[in-house]
Amino acid sequence: MTSLPAATDKALGLVIDLDTCVGCHACVTSCKQWNTGGHMAPLTDLDPYGGDVDGVWFNRVHTYEHTTDAGSRTVHFPRSCLHCAEPACVTVCPTGASYKRTSDGIVLVDYDKCIGCKLCSWACPYGAREFDVDAGTMKKCTLCVDRIYNDNLAEEDRVPACVATCPTGARHFGDLGDPDAAVSELVAERGGVELMPELGYKPTNRYLPPRSGSGRRADAKAARPLEDATPQGGFLGWVDRMLSR
Amino acid sequence: MHPAYSVIFFTTATGAGYGLLALLCLAAAFGLVPPDFWLGFVGLGLALALVSAGLLSSTGHLGRPERAWRAFSQWRTSWLSREGVASVLTYVPAGLFGIGWVFFGQTQGWLAAAGVLAAIGAAVTVCTTAMIYASLKPIGEWANPYTLPGYLIFSAMTGTVLLDALLAAFGLGSRWLAAAALVLTLAGWVFKEAVWRRNDRLDMPATVNSATGLAGGTVRSVEWPHTEKNYLLKEMGFRVARKHAERLRNLVRLAAFAVPALLLAVVLAAPPVPALVAALLATIVQLAGMLVERWLFFAQARHTVTLYYGTN
Repeated sequence: MTSLPAATDKALGLVIDLDTCVGCHACVTSCKQWNTGGHMAPLTDLDPYGGDVDGVWFNRVHTYEHTTDAGSRTVHFPRSCLHCAEPACVTVCPTGASYKRTSDGIVLVDYDKCIGCKLCSWACPYGAREFDVDAGTMKKCTLCVDRIYNDNLAEEDRVPACVATCPTGARHFGDLGDPDAAVSELVAERGGVELMPELGYKPTNRYLPPRSGSGRRADAKAARPLEDATPQGGFLGWVDRMLSR
Repeated sequence: MHPAYSVIFFTTATGAGYGLLALLCLAAAFGLVPPDFWLGFVGLGLALALVSAGLLSSTGHLGRPERAWRAFSQWRTSWLSREGVASVLTYVPAGLFGIGWVFFGQTQGWLAAAGVLAAIGAAVTVCTTAMIYASLKPIGEWANPYTLPGYLIFSAMTGTVLLDALLAAFGLGSRWLAAAALVLTLAGWVFKEAVWRRNDRLDMPATVNSATGLAGGTVRSVEWPHTEKNYLLKEMGFRVARKHAERLRNLVRLAAFAVPALLLAVVLAAPPVPALVAALLATIVQLAGMLVERWLFFAQARHTVTLYYGTN
């Protein structure tokens, strides 16, 4: 049913730290690797070695230059499903293929029911859903639902693939509905924000803005000149004279 | 937004078809047109053919059309599902009314009630089509109070122009109907100009700052996540028609409104035979113009996901 649950027991989601993300795309590749064999498999690639590459990805990293009065900085911005509390992608679905789980708030697609009308991707302001031309159905981030409850994995690996792989620890996973959870404390401490709150989708995921920094800058210093290539006098001067003959 | 041909044809054809269906059913139910066999056969047949062709074409853009029957299940939340249900339900009274009219030459009594129900169903279906677009918050050009009246006005306009040509073809042409078609065409023009003026000044419903959570200052896209176009850019980042938007708008002004209005003025003034030619021409030119209007409706709609790609 595409009616939304009045409340979910948990609000599982991601907290992404824009201060520490270095834009290495490891989360992107790790996501693709896990999910092309996971719940939503396959993440089809079309013409992967040709000139017109296209394919399904759940996670994409943009790079922006953010310029304010304090100066400008490069910000890497991973974009994926935010598992909203008010996901219009679910309510617009005519078939009941899209649904939000009451137990943990994860938004999923039952691709045995999806007719591929693409309306859900139009309803998502964040571009989280991508259509698989080959399968004819819509695909999206599952928050690695097949990892986080997977007893076959070591406990520390029961997190989404993107979180497990991030080399700088910029991605955090947890229950954002629980104010005592580590992710919620992180959001409170760092002033984590919702994306496009004005549209009213109430996204679960939060983004931690880049830290403002001290505002101090090191003094500009010219580099030292290179050593002279034609030494005058001394041992090196003698070697230079001998070899130059 | 990407203007899929199937959806452009669907919304234009069902708009005109439901408009004609509603008007013809009402006219017959209230005894304004006689229960003539050929008028019923051709008129209702044309209306239902336009509607059915449109509905069938709308399944053309589905990834898995064989599962389309599932789309009738989620009418509680989904306008697309409601559209499916309303369109199928409308066939019931329309079919009964058509059988009564065509096979038994009857349009009165309980059949009149069926005719009125078919007209209501047609109007409701057009409303549900409009609401599919009006309910999409990421697209400011659609999620506003003008989308619903727009679909209704254009359905009434194309339906009336069609009905005018149809009745003229059966020698039942009336100056009142031609005048109504002319007035609706001019009203549709004024409405469309107002919507275009509004949309030209419209800001996106979000900003690149709120989209990225980076407050204040400017946010410039330095690098995309991918080198080639992906689904999002193909579907939501369509820009070809914007380049030619003003020319295409002029084409709409001419074909959908100005030329049909002139032809309808001819219908009002001319003797029956030239009037019939003008009425038929007005219908064809206007429907062609409405296809361009619908193309622009999609192509000029901007989706918030393009904010992430640095296209404001």
